[in-house]
Amino acid sequence: MAGIVTNPGAGKAQAAVPEHLTESRPVKYLLIGIALLFVALIVVLPMVTVLSQAFSKGWSSYVYALKDPDALAALRLTLTTALLAVPLNSLFGLAAAWAITKFKFRGKNLLITLIDLPFAVSPVISGLIYVLLFGAQGLLGPWLQEHDIHIIFATPGIVLATMFVTFPFVARELIPLMEAQGVLDEEAAVSLGARGWRVFRRVTLPNIKWGLLYGMILCNARAMGEFGAVSVVSGHIRGETNTLPLHIEILYNEYQFTSAFAVASLLMLLAVVTLIAKSILERRMSGHGG
Amino acid sequence: MAQQTRNPSRLLPGFRLTMGFTTLYLSLVVLIPLAALAIKSAGLPPSQWWDTVTAPRVLASYKVSLMTSFFAAVVNLAFGLLLAWVLVRYRFPGKRIVDGLVDLPFALPTAVAGIALTTIYAPNGWIGQLAQPFGLKIAYSPLGITIALIFIGLPFVVRTVQPVLQDLESDTEEAAVLLGAYRWRSFRRVILPQLIPALLTGFALAFARGIGEYGSVVFISGNMPMKTEIAPLLIITKLEQYEYGQAAAIAVVLLLLSFVLLLLINLLQRWAGRRLHSA
Repeated sequence: MAGIVTNPGAGKAQAAVPEHLTESRPVKYLLIGIALLFVALIVVLPMVTVLSQAFSKGWSSYVYALKDPDALAALRLTLTTALLAVPLNSLFGLAAAWAITKFKFRGKNLLITLIDLPFAVSPVISGLIYVLLFGAQGLLGPWLQEHDIHIIFATPGIVLATMFVTFPFVARELIPLMEAQGVLDEEAAVSLGARGWRVFRRVTLPNIKWGLLYGMILCNARAMGEFGAVSVVSGHIRGETNTLPLHIEILYNEYQFTSAFAVASLLMLLAVVTLIAKSILERRMSGHGG
Repeated sequence: MAQQTRNPSRLLPGFRLTMGFTTLYLSLVVLIPLAALAIKSAGLPPSQWWDTVTAPRVLASYKVSLMTSFFAAVVNLAFGLLLAWVLVRYRFPGKRIVDGLVDLPFALPTAVAGIALTTIYAPNGWIGQLAQPFGLKIAYSPLGITIALIFIGLPFVVRTVQPVLQDLESDTEEAAVLLGAYRWRSFRRVILPQLIPALLTGFALAFARGIGEYGSVVFISGNMPMKTEIAPLLIITKLEQYEYGQAAAIAVVLLLLSFVLLLLINLLQRWAGRRLHSA
């Protein structure tokens, strides 16, 4: 599914369509109009709503909502989670892409399918599986309790669930990219006497750095914004196991709409920054062929 | 599982290290937890398992999830095609921004989308209050769920159709025009058939995503059992009642539904690949 998330050809310049192969002007304007109206209604209106609700009681209550200790604790937990999940999944993505694209082995297609698997799993189920494994009545629950290890309703569970839902992002980005680049550059470096790690750092990494960054940015956006999976494993303890999205839910359910939307505006800013970075990287990648 | 048969680059190092780490990490994060789902679900006696997944409330939740996802995917099929068409074929001011905005549903956290859409479509919201005089309830009804899923699924059809439309050879289109075909006719007879695999793939992806979606739906749905309760929410309810086995059983059925859809997508893409080669 991740192949759909990314669209490296999006920034490609288009040649003008010849006159006789296009619609008459009124039809053209009508189609553009309907398309724009649809985007405005479905995408732009929710964004406008977030901002207008967040600032509906003025700047000071906006700042007040963000300075709330519970909001700051949620921000800290969200950042911690992303700081663990994104590098770990990136390391995995690099290792998986290296093994899959530089070598031949049986079961390669199965491995690629398994890497994609988390995208096919509902967020709620992504959280559920960890509760079934580590929860009080889970498979490992009694053993964990004996040793006083807390995973569910604690930070480790939140990080694990986030790792699961963001699992394929970097790998899915790197596999096609490294596949297209082949093995010749690396082989040349090795035959000139370079050692493994050096080959990776000097030859492979410069070729894939933008693709890697692209995957990490998408991975990060999902890691910071994940709701369903984290909601199942968090236990919703204020100031302790609430991430930003969960904090928004609590505020909203307590009818603190202005505060909920103020916190939501932070996550919307993250989304907009992500989209801008994504489109810059897409142009860079299509320009330099990688 | 992964046995090295032939190494195309016998020179390159690192196979054992990277393969080892890949399988270890994959097992720990994905495979073992998913196995826990199978084990817990199998822990329920077969008759109880069947009673769980065929209970009226559970069946109703599957129906709500499937129906709303299906209609949302249908809407996205039509408007996704239109958007892809407009973005590929026409030039207009702000086109790049519109193109970027199509990805917003991927980047915006679902909870943010959920509360924003609920605020818009609630009876006192910007659009909700326009609908109310007509007795139309949008938020807290299946219609509201469908709207949330239209938002979530918007990028899928656009992003699958866009590249195909971009690479379409103009020869056949040109020929159709020379033979005197009208615009609509050449679209229907020449362009549309070539887009069908991509359209169906985008449709199935949006559909599959909708079935599992939780964050954007849970606020707008109102969560009334039998009416607007989606299957993922019912899983959470069972979990909160410590009915782990039942939660697992409902989850397994939901997971199977999405796997069947993804299998269909794979078959579709193989079919499309064959068509492309034979053409």
